[in-house]
Amino acid sequence: MQIPIETFRLANGLFVTLSEDHTAPLVAVNLWYHVGSANERPGRTGFAHLFEHMLFQGSASVAANEHFEFVQRAGGTLNGSTWLDRTNYYETVPSNQLELALWLEANRMGYLLPAMTQQKLDTQRDVVQNERRWSMDNQPYGTWWERLPALVFPASHPFHHSLIGSMSDLDAASLDDIAQFFTTYYTPDNAVLSIAGDFDPVEVRTMVERHFGPIPRGGTKPALPDMALDSTLGGPVREVVADDVVLSRIFVAMRSPVFGSVEYYAASIAGAILGLKKGSRLHRGLVRERQLAAEAQAFTYDLTKGSDLLVLDVTARPETSSEQLERAVHAELDRIQAEGVTAEEVARAITLIETDLFVSLQSAGDRADKLSLFATYFGDPSLVNVQAERYREVTVEQVNAFARERLGPDNRASLLFVPREMAELASSNELTESGVR
Amino acid sequence: MTDASTSESTSARATVSAPTPRPGPTAPRSYSFPRFERMTLSNGMRLVVAPVAKLPLVTVSAVVDAGAAAEREGEEGVASLTAQLLLEGAAGLDGAALADRFERIGAAADAHADWDAATISLTALTDRLPEALSLVRDLLRAPEFPEREVVRLKDERLAEILRLRAEPGALADEQFDRATYSPTARYAWPAGGTAASVRALTRDLIRTFYSQHYQPGATTLVFAGDVTVGDAVALAESLFGDWSGEALRDVPRPFDTAPRTGVVRVVGKADAPQSEIRVGHVGLPRKHPDYFDAMVMNAILGGLFSSRINLNLREAHGYTYGAFSAFEWRRAAGPFTIHTAVKSDVTGAAVREILKEIDGLRAAEVSNDELTLATSYLDGVFPIRYETTAAIATALSNLVIHGLPDSYYDEYRERVRGVTPGGVLRAARQHLHPDELRIVVVGDPTVISTPLAEATGAPVEVVNPDGVETTA
Repeated sequence: MQIPIETFRLANGLFVTLSEDHTAPLVAVNLWYHVGSANERPGRTGFAHLFEHMLFQGSASVAANEHFEFVQRAGGTLNGSTWLDRTNYYETVPSNQLELALWLEANRMGYLLPAMTQQKLDTQRDVVQNERRWSMDNQPYGTWWERLPALVFPASHPFHHSLIGSMSDLDAASLDDIAQFFTTYYTPDNAVLSIAGDFDPVEVRTMVERHFGPIPRGGTKPALPDMALDSTLGGPVREVVADDVVLSRIFVAMRSPVFGSVEYYAASIAGAILGLKKGSRLHRGLVRERQLAAEAQAFTYDLTKGSDLLVLDVTARPETSSEQLERAVHAELDRIQAEGVTAEEVARAITLIETDLFVSLQSAGDRADKLSLFATYFGDPSLVNVQAERYREVTVEQVNAFARERLGPDNRASLLFVPREMAELASSNELTESGVR
Repeated sequence: MTDASTSESTSARATVSAPTPRPGPTAPRSYSFPRFERMTLSNGMRLVVAPVAKLPLVTVSAVVDAGAAAEREGEEGVASLTAQLLLEGAAGLDGAALADRFERIGAAADAHADWDAATISLTALTDRLPEALSLVRDLLRAPEFPEREVVRLKDERLAEILRLRAEPGALADEQFDRATYSPTARYAWPAGGTAASVRALTRDLIRTFYSQHYQPGATTLVFAGDVTVGDAVALAESLFGDWSGEALRDVPRPFDTAPRTGVVRVVGKADAPQSEIRVGHVGLPRKHPDYFDAMVMNAILGGLFSSRINLNLREAHGYTYGAFSAFEWRRAAGPFTIHTAVKSDVTGAAVREILKEIDGLRAAEVSNDELTLATSYLDGVFPIRYETTAAIATALSNLVIHGLPDSYYDEYRERVRGVTPGGVLRAARQHLHPDELRIVVVGDPTVISTPLAEATGAPVEVVNPDGVETTA
């Protein structure tokens, strides 16, 4: 299945991708800025995400609350999200409201700062600090997504620190930071605009040129430090966290080939063999057969620089000790590393992934987001059309080579959450190469 | 990315020209909810088929009148367990083999029961549909309920109950239901059952529940996607045409939605950095004649990002990451609930603002501007809701579950646009009950009990996660 794709670039550097589909009278507008938490300076963790919130607080022609209100009144949906290496903003609107969505995005790309006030910043700081409490601090296991990257990336690496940010760094964020970040990163030459759905390809160019064309390009962006990392951690890493939980849960993160590389697809298939749906090894072995675990899954971060992460996430049954859980998950990794996978397992993984790829192309919003993704990371949105093929090309030998190289004990960072009362016991039973395994 | 254009590079933004003016909409293009046809096989099994040939994908859902509302007293959780166990052994294949068969064709199946129905659904590439549906036939017609899997899924449900207990938001939801409905009411307890009711379930009870409810006359097969009506009917006829049996007709017990008496309850969580707040009461059944007025009223109160409650608690006060309200639309009267999580030290203030917003909506008509913000959103977003085969199948399943007319989705937008400020005010006055509100907060009792008592003027009861009262 191929989706149609056109691209063009404005004189100010804005890269635009288009994908027509007239099935329904709706259109998605999706803007990726190539900036994320990795670009934050020391003492400002969480700033990229706080900044994302500020982009919904109005701009020169848009009063506070009006950004949401205009889109909502037009019958559209909208949101934004921040990731380690990018931030996105998106709307899906009835197709006769396309120009409104483009105008809103252009107005905040070009004219955000006049609308910024201390009061808005203070309120959104409170909102974001409550988001941190809600998603992490008051959530069982919630700190995993702050702790895991910290285990796998060295302290000097841009992916090491917290995306949501520390409370004190959030407290320190100022209007000057807003102005500096905006001027540096929120420029047309650091963005990709994707439009998918029901539009006229000639009219849409005029609209994009009209609203985004006058925005000047940015200056030089500060270079990120060297992202390169060794392909493995160089030895087992382990952290035990006592938490307000009843069931133990383990995350095991492994450095894996970056998204887009040939080896990435083999890694992704290895992850699917281990933890995608009920036919996966972790579900079959630990949930169904041995009944040690209540839930099991695997996923990748899909990072394109330095190293990607392949993560296993397994939650214990109440009667399973954290030690049993940890040993069982590592044993599955030992087995795949030593013995490899079968052709049937690879075929199952590819078929499931392929169906998911199709399913995810159904909505205009998802299409536009994928176009922006491939355009931002690789400069080539048409890569969206070859993903299924990339997966189908993967061989058993490639998966086995990945497993041999990357799934050994020297490349495993284990983050183990244990009920508080069991915590002391767990941390005293350190796993060693010669001991437990 | 590198830039290949030749325009001059400017380093400052000082030279930006004036912003472009806000454009208006162009003429809207018409939209219709996908056309669908309904048929009944000779054995009473019904079909709903919506051919949508956008991508080579089909979603199939088998909707069975076998939800938690069909359970007998003392068997809470049997509906959910029965649905899940369909995937754990059928027609001579064990659960692992079934998972393998589905996943090898890329069509992982989901089976679950909620309040009003059990649903087995999957999305498959079009050319895999016959194989996928023949597996669905095996699940529906020849499940085996192996004893080992019965025990395992019971244990997994018990583990889930423990996991949810540790999540402040889930705990608040559970305790809110218990505070809202009388203990005799099914809705007071989770659809998946309690630890005690799940422990008591047996293979025999599950088999009995299956044979009473999983029958052709109680089942509708919904197709949405790249399939013709003719192909869908032929496939259904060949796989299900010879399925016979009668579903249990009598309702096992009158469905009780009796409310509890009012209460402000704190579920203690020492040192909690945030309070999970639930405020509400028994709401309305799905087929209530005021459905559209009540839905739009809720959108204005707390249903949308730009609702009164969210703009107040989040955007004006910064108390929370988000606050919203919802009617849970079930066949019988489900709860109406306002949900939010706020920093502990503003718990009393947040509840006071919530109560103020409820009173405000009951006091005076909303402006036309505020009304149309909600109605034009609900009207405009309608096509966006049905972009995927799975979303269309869910919408058609809801027609079946709630007995809505075939014209329902064609009339939806007009009904929304027809809601008036007077209708919203009537709905607020008739269906929001300030004197019947239950307030449940999971948080630190030492920080929030006194502010909650002050905000509500009511005594505050402090309970542990089991709902047992502790010293206040």
